[in-house]
Amino acid sequence: MDQVANYLFQIGFSFSIFILISLGLAVIFGMMKVINLAQGEFLMLGAYFCTLCAQAGIPLWLSFILAGLAVGVFGIIVERLLIQWLYGRIIDTLLATWGLSLLLVGGVTTIFGPQTASVSAPLGMVPIGDFGVPVYGLVMIAIAFTVLAAVYAFWRYTRFGLIVRGTMQNPNISAALGVNRSLVYMLTFGFGSMLTGFAGAVLVPIVGAYPTLGIGYIAKAFITVISGGHLPLIGTITASSLFSTIDGVVGTVSTSVIGEMSVLFVAILLLRMLPLGITGRMTRGT
Amino acid sequence: MKLNRRQFFKAGSGALAFASMPYLLKSAGIASEKPIKVGSILDKTGILNIYSLKQIQASAMAVDEINAAGGLLGRPLELVFYDSQSDGQYNSQYVTEALLKDKVDVVHGGITSSSREVMRPIVSRFKGLLFYNSLYEGGVCDRRHVSTGMVPAQQLEPLMDYVVKELGQKRVYILAADYNYGHITAKWMQKFARERGGEDLAVEFFPLDVTNFQPAISRIQAAKPDVVLSALVGGAHIAFYRQFESSIGKANMMLASGSYGVGLEHTQLSPEEGNGIILATSYVDDLQTAEAKDFVSRFHNYTGDTGYVGEYGEYGERGIKLWAEAVRQAGDSSPDAVIAALSKGTVSVVGAGGRYTVDGKTNHTVMDIHIVKGNMNRRFDMIRSFEQRQPSDTQAVCDLHANPDDTTQYEPEV
Repeated sequence: MDQVANYLFQIGFSFSIFILISLGLAVIFGMMKVINLAQGEFLMLGAYFCTLCAQAGIPLWLSFILAGLAVGVFGIIVERLLIQWLYGRIIDTLLATWGLSLLLVGGVTTIFGPQTASVSAPLGMVPIGDFGVPVYGLVMIAIAFTVLAAVYAFWRYTRFGLIVRGTMQNPNISAALGVNRSLVYMLTFGFGSMLTGFAGAVLVPIVGAYPTLGIGYIAKAFITVISGGHLPLIGTITASSLFSTIDGVVGTVSTSVIGEMSVLFVAILLLRMLPLGITGRMTRGT
Repeated sequence: MKLNRRQFFKAGSGALAFASMPYLLKSAGIASEKPIKVGSILDKTGILNIYSLKQIQASAMAVDEINAAGGLLGRPLELVFYDSQSDGQYNSQYVTEALLKDKVDVVHGGITSSSREVMRPIVSRFKGLLFYNSLYEGGVCDRRHVSTGMVPAQQLEPLMDYVVKELGQKRVYILAADYNYGHITAKWMQKFARERGGEDLAVEFFPLDVTNFQPAISRIQAAKPDVVLSALVGGAHIAFYRQFESSIGKANMMLASGSYGVGLEHTQLSPEEGNGIILATSYVDDLQTAEAKDFVSRFHNYTGDTGYVGEYGEYGERGIKLWAEAVRQAGDSSPDAVIAALSKGTVSVVGAGGRYTVDGKTNHTVMDIHIVKGNMNRRFDMIRSFEQRQPSDTQAVCDLHANPDDTTQYEPEV
């Protein structure tokens, strides 16, 4: 029984990580089709911002939100200075954001040094039979579901969400209907950045903040969003569920390395059989 | 007295010669006061600079102190620093520049094994001398290379003596970084644990970018070892210490390591996360010896930085001191003379961590190993010292007296 609970926890924990790191990318890459190679560094900035806030005495939970907002604002600045000139130019975007990524890693290393900055995980652990499960891990699972629900509600039920979805579907028609396309793109990019910054902050108590933090997650995030296919939210959820189940079970039975390898292997198989991703054959609106 | 012209010139030139004697003597003496050049190649910038920053300062301090005390063989030392920027490409570029253009007598530097392996063939080709001041996996057998840091057998035997034999923590679970250092270290941990009646339940390796240790922690919880041994390395792996404390806890299971602390991990973790971890090391700031206290206060005065110095900082002074002693014994700073002096096995100094002696057969260093335990002040409490531990893993495979031209890095048989 406690074995089963342990597996469920591992899967849930892995799911929360997949969801948190890919949701921002699902917006920026999935919806906007901007290949942002600096996405991992947005995660890292969120982690640093959260650490600085927490070290300044701000409660950790509030630091998460502040970090999300700060990276959101940073994303808007990046969009205005860099991305807005490059919509539709995939190779150029790739190079520009790669440069940005190098700049951010170098800049943060120069300012804060390469060492890991720290905030300890609050809340301790709960014993389940033989296993101690960190309460913070359970909180992360809860946060992941909450963020998912919030993002869904935001896109589905707000006027802004409707405008964004419309604009992404057909920018020209939206513009003809009086939508300020440039503003919508800017805010959407900022929203995706905010989700990423928030994710970085939530990861801090388990991984800490260090300049190359993003590199470890960027590939996973892209694989999740690409495997998810063209429906960003549903795709990301299904891909995350699949990968976290594999990662959680295989990673626990054998080793973390084999777990990650299996995820990559399944992703390759998946994209071979469903080149458009899991949601490739679904149509919008389903 | 009346001088004719010829007498005037005679007397005059004599007087001139006499008057200019101090100047002539001084200009003749310039040769013996020409500085001895010391190259230092470390990562001042880039992602690995955490291991180098204090070492750069400690080396500079050691050189300045030698100069303040009158130099070496009557000549001042000149430190030439090169920033290798955490990139092996610069190690090879700068070591070539140091040996050929700046003509240094010795190169101190390299942090990672890969940076050392980039430099070693170049140092051999141009007949230089390399002091590698870092802990590493052992086995380098090269007379132009001197290792002043710990090697696994030297460090882990005392650790396992203490943990398995003295404390009776027999069931061990090993976690290690997934590269050369981690694999070799894990093998020695298994060997020493078994030899002391212990049982190694599992060995797991983690690539350097792994941050999610939850699955490993649940396997540890299922296996129920007495002690978890860590040979994890680098910024990402710090996450393990954090996740271990928030799930199992050192109150319930012992955690020991040979690599913790070298990247100043304990200054980046919370007091609870670092408290109680057991470590085998050749130097921590908290050693209660006069030499250690003296080193820390000199370092603080020299740099104005009153933070924790740590093992990699101390290696900077250790390397310079050992090399300087070898130069004194050789009476000559040229690489070949220093290498000849080193091979006698008499080069020995007392430094901040105790006595260091270069073993002439392997060019590795005999040193004290201290078992310490993390405390709630983000520092260490001394438990006990194992004196003058031999680099036995490298000694088993390397004999520079018999094969002076050897340049192999052996993988010690475990």
